[in-house]
Amino acid sequence: MKFNPLATVVEKIDTSPKVSDEVKCTTCFMCACRCGIKVHLSDGAIRYIEGNKAHPVNRGVLCAKGLAGIMTQYSPARLNKPLLRVGERGTGEFKEIEWDEAMTLATDWLAAIRANDPRKLAFFTGRDQSQALTGWWASQFGTPNYAAHGGFCSVNMAAAGMYTIGGSFWEFGEADFDHTKYFLLFGVAEDHSSNPLKIGLGKLKKRGAKIVSINPVRTGYSAIADEWIGIRPGTDGLFVAALIHELLRADRVDFDYLVRYTNAPWLVIDAPGTEKDGLIARDEAGNPLCWLPDMKISANALLADMRPALVGQYTLTNGTKVVPSFELIARRFLDRQYAPNAVADRVGVPADTIRRIAAELAHAAFEQQIELDIPWTDWAGRRYTKTVGRPVSMHAMRGISAHANGFHTCRLIHLLQIFLGSIDSPGGFRYRPPYPKSVPPSTRPCGGADQVLAGLPMEGAPLGFPQGPEDLLVDATGRPLRIDKAYSWEAPLAAHGLLQMVVHNAWKGDPYKIDTLFLFMANMSWNSSMNTAGTMAMLSARDSATGEYAIPHLIVADAYYSEIVSYADLVLPDTTYLERHDCISLLDRPISDADGAADAIRQPVVQATRDVRPFQDVLLDLGARLKLSALVNTDGTPRYPGGYADYMVNHERQPGFGLLAGWRGVNGGDYGRGVNNPRQLDAYIANGCFWRHELEPSQRYYKHANKGYLEWAVRMGFVASAEPIIMQLYCEPLQRFRLAARGHGNVLPPARDRSRIEAYFDPVPMWYAPFEGELVPEGEFPLHAVTQRPMALYHSWGSHNAWLRQIHGDNRLYIQRATAMRLSLADGDWVWVISHHGRIKAPVALVDGVNPDTVWTWNAIARRAGAWNLAPDSPEAKRGFMLNHVISELLPPQADGLRYANADPVTGQAAWYDLRVRLEKADPKEAGEAAPRFVPVRRMPGLMEPPGILRYGAGFHSDPGAGAR
Amino acid sequence: MTSLPALPSGRKLGLVIDLDICVGCHACAVSCKEWNAGGHSAPLTDFDPYGSDATGVWFNRIHSFEAGEGADARAIHFPKSCLHCETPDCVTVCPTGASYKRAEDGIVLVNADICIGCKLCAWACPYGAREFDADDGVMKKCTLCIDRIYNENLEEVDRVPACVSVCPVGARHFGDLGDSNSPVSQLVASRGGYDLMPELGYRPVNKYLPPRPRKTEPGCTGAPAALAPTEDDFNGAGLLLRWMDRLLSR
Repeated sequence: MKFNPLATVVEKIDTSPKVSDEVKCTTCFMCACRCGIKVHLSDGAIRYIEGNKAHPVNRGVLCAKGLAGIMTQYSPARLNKPLLRVGERGTGEFKEIEWDEAMTLATDWLAAIRANDPRKLAFFTGRDQSQALTGWWASQFGTPNYAAHGGFCSVNMAAAGMYTIGGSFWEFGEADFDHTKYFLLFGVAEDHSSNPLKIGLGKLKKRGAKIVSINPVRTGYSAIADEWIGIRPGTDGLFVAALIHELLRADRVDFDYLVRYTNAPWLVIDAPGTEKDGLIARDEAGNPLCWLPDMKISANALLADMRPALVGQYTLTNGTKVVPSFELIARRFLDRQYAPNAVADRVGVPADTIRRIAAELAHAAFEQQIELDIPWTDWAGRRYTKTVGRPVSMHAMRGISAHANGFHTCRLIHLLQIFLGSIDSPGGFRYRPPYPKSVPPSTRPCGGADQVLAGLPMEGAPLGFPQGPEDLLVDATGRPLRIDKAYSWEAPLAAHGLLQMVVHNAWKGDPYKIDTLFLFMANMSWNSSMNTAGTMAMLSARDSATGEYAIPHLIVADAYYSEIVSYADLVLPDTTYLERHDCISLLDRPISDADGAADAIRQPVVQATRDVRPFQDVLLDLGARLKLSALVNTDGTPRYPGGYADYMVNHERQPGFGLLAGWRGVNGGDYGRGVNNPRQLDAYIANGCFWRHELEPSQRYYKHANKGYLEWAVRMGFVASAEPIIMQLYCEPLQRFRLAARGHGNVLPPARDRSRIEAYFDPVPMWYAPFEGELVPEGEFPLHAVTQRPMALYHSWGSHNAWLRQIHGDNRLYIQRATAMRLSLADGDWVWVISHHGRIKAPVALVDGVNPDTVWTWNAIARRAGAWNLAPDSPEAKRGFMLNHVISELLPPQADGLRYANADPVTGQAAWYDLRVRLEKADPKEAGEAAPRFVPVRRMPGLMEPPGILRYGAGFHSDPGAGAR
Repeated sequence: MTSLPALPSGRKLGLVIDLDICVGCHACAVSCKEWNAGGHSAPLTDFDPYGSDATGVWFNRIHSFEAGEGADARAIHFPKSCLHCETPDCVTVCPTGASYKRAEDGIVLVNADICIGCKLCAWACPYGAREFDADDGVMKKCTLCIDRIYNENLEEVDRVPACVSVCPVGARHFGDLGDSNSPVSQLVASRGGYDLMPELGYRPVNKYLPPRPRKTEPGCTGAPAALAPTEDDFNGAGLLLRWMDRLLSR
């Protein structure tokens, strides 16, 4: 344009440009939150992605990750074609092959395994969201060696919840943000559920509810809390125990709630030394007993309208001495060892603060009780005109989970909520359907010696909930039957498996050698492992006798060039989340909310232009090639030739129940249960790719005892019967393991494990110090070290996103100012971070908002040079560092030399928050680069050259003269 | 060298940002980037996006820092974009008239056609809100999503800046701060909203809402400072006796 400096130029602006040609709904997969998104397309390219306002998860909002999905879609780290390794593992030397060759190779390897010993396939997935398919596929193949990534994620939260209240934190429940008046947030919680929790926090702030954040680190959600309690890592259970102590001492417990909804009145057998000691006293029909003081008799504790004792010692007619479980719990927490004064120093919180929080909790629960004008009917048919609520709620996730005491700590938090009478009451923590389930759910893990047979499927699912030693997967001598040692005496309630131990155990051949490790979206050679450098060495280690790799075959399915890909023998390139079908099923990890059940799908919104295939399609194809009976027709042709979309619609888990609950039945008129509907996916797409059924108001609270809800849940297949779900303060299954440790029963732990089982399988929730801190000298490793991912990256798959990496491109080790001063450290200094296992080098930054005995950093910023198609000198590779390198997958040796997994002894949850370190200032000559660093991996064949300048969006502007020059 | 509107309409469109509830999630920043990458000022160029020094054009950036000491110490997440000042030097300093303030709604824009990339406006802006696109050779900045807020191709509910529509905690509000009765003006009045660096005299239109008083003191929720134990000793004998008589119906 010609420019006249004397004229006033008026810019003509098109304020109503065309936005897009087409809008397609689908479900986000930039993290684990599963928000509904609307993808705006212009000439087939993504103009922008926005949140779907109608969607139950995110109600239209979206996070930084979801909004940056465009950059993940068009990432130069995308794989293009199947790859076969031609160099050494870990170098990145590959050649491109055709899909036919890739599938034939995989089929040959797996067919040989299945014909001989199906256990020799270990199939593990990482950030997968299709476990309803993958777990089923593992059963069809016949291997018990299957799990997703929960072992190093938050199995403690899942297991403790399922064994205590039949539901859990995670995304399986939520605080009643519309009514709660007091909210306790424990530890890192930016992970699950991302947007719903943020929406909820916004509501609390606007309503003036008090938020208390108990977290060694003051970031994110802690930043907006009314009160930040910078607790010492791993002591949350002790803090909660002190709160319970205060409530009990002041007689401020909801006894009505305990009697109605929990096993507090159930009678526990007091018969030391016998096989019955500590079990629940039951009648001949197996019903638990309670004591009726009015009548001086015991009775079936499941009956309505009784007045059972909560304390006292009684003798049954058969002479058995019994005591109500509540008394055992009360006696433990009344003890002065849990008094605020006694715990204050250890937790790093003043006793007055603990006392005040307890008083505030009691005040909110009992003095600020709320009543909703919602009539409801309980399981026994008793009708109430109002729904009464105790408006105190809590949330916790990996901050509690990733400690070796996480299972019991999580149980303590649930105990606190139960004592306050708040669970599933208005204002409390609420279940999301399909939860609550029976406590624990009735599914047992499959994979015992008689359940794994060459050439045959397993009859059950690999993962489940043991009720006692007889449900363990161990051989006659007590040795583990699974490669990850889940459901063995080392991790009896390992409900999510132990992905973090698979590479170590497979390399070591302990408990046995495997043939093929098949990984999907699991970055085991980098940020998903403890002892990362060691794990990398194990992946490329060779058997000295044969010269072959210790893990003979490694198949990796991934959409991007992640660190693990360079170790694969065979790479099966996946599509992006915007290029495929997916299923967010009620059989897996649903997107329900407390007021309704919901599930969702993904649909392809853009077509992949690379030679890649959706992983789920590949898995179904592989199953058909292997002739797995459920995956082929009687004539041997594939049962689901239309891939995952076909399976989502036409597979039935039981007659009438499939992966999707919406629009079932011939005409799509049913939900939950009904015959397959060939037009089901069209109905989902027409509804924005999700289905939701809203509960009647009368079904929404006290779901564990709500007749209307429970009867509906039976119809939906969530629970087997409409009997009330009774919360288990006293966890009898734990006592069954303990009795085995005392020599009772047929399935006994090996001698070396007995004292451990005896100590940690306490049926009453407890606190104990995390193991690593107990096993290393405190003077040598005085500091705790913890990590979290930043909100803009939590659960995102990769730092290759051009926009997100500008927000978090490197990381620092944050240290409290006073602590830094004591160690003569200044902002920007480099330090060696040293644990019992190894050392890393990192730059420090000084802050106020961290516990003085704790250092922390952002996790998973660091990248191996060359991976993700980032420049080898990118800040992620050069200055980024990970604590993973100084966390061992094993605990330090005990006195007898034995090394247990660095894990919770109950669930096998990786205890990566138990890390203890010391800092040593690095020599100035050592500053500037993180350590360790590794040989850069080569760029994969077929990866695009990353652009030096990215002008994404230039083409969308309607006036090419303006922006897109 | 460039004049401000001689006859401003009185409409002052802008943002109200609630620092009490911003958790620093960066959703607003990326939403802005995403919309505007293909919007009025397209593209928002990124340089060396997969390399050692990735930088790009962002109209909205979040600054995270700590402030205060002792009980007042906080972590602050502070989103910052153009404040669409009433008397901005970034406009008057412009030698070509490219940087200008609209009379009809007060939005400060850059006319890319006549911007010569001299960067005087960036020097003039004390808030650091200007973003130079070295590839296009022109200055860019927050447009308050001028191609959204009036866009008849969008549903009315979506005619707000991209940063406002996505904020998960609801910390961002958009409206006419020239109308004292508008919801945003009412919000500013009720919450003590303030100008960023008012002493500089640029009269920013955007306002920030300060953190609400935090409930940390004993009695802040109406609860006592501690619960009164029912007895002094710790063996619980008295309590157990008391509970012995407490029979509640299942």
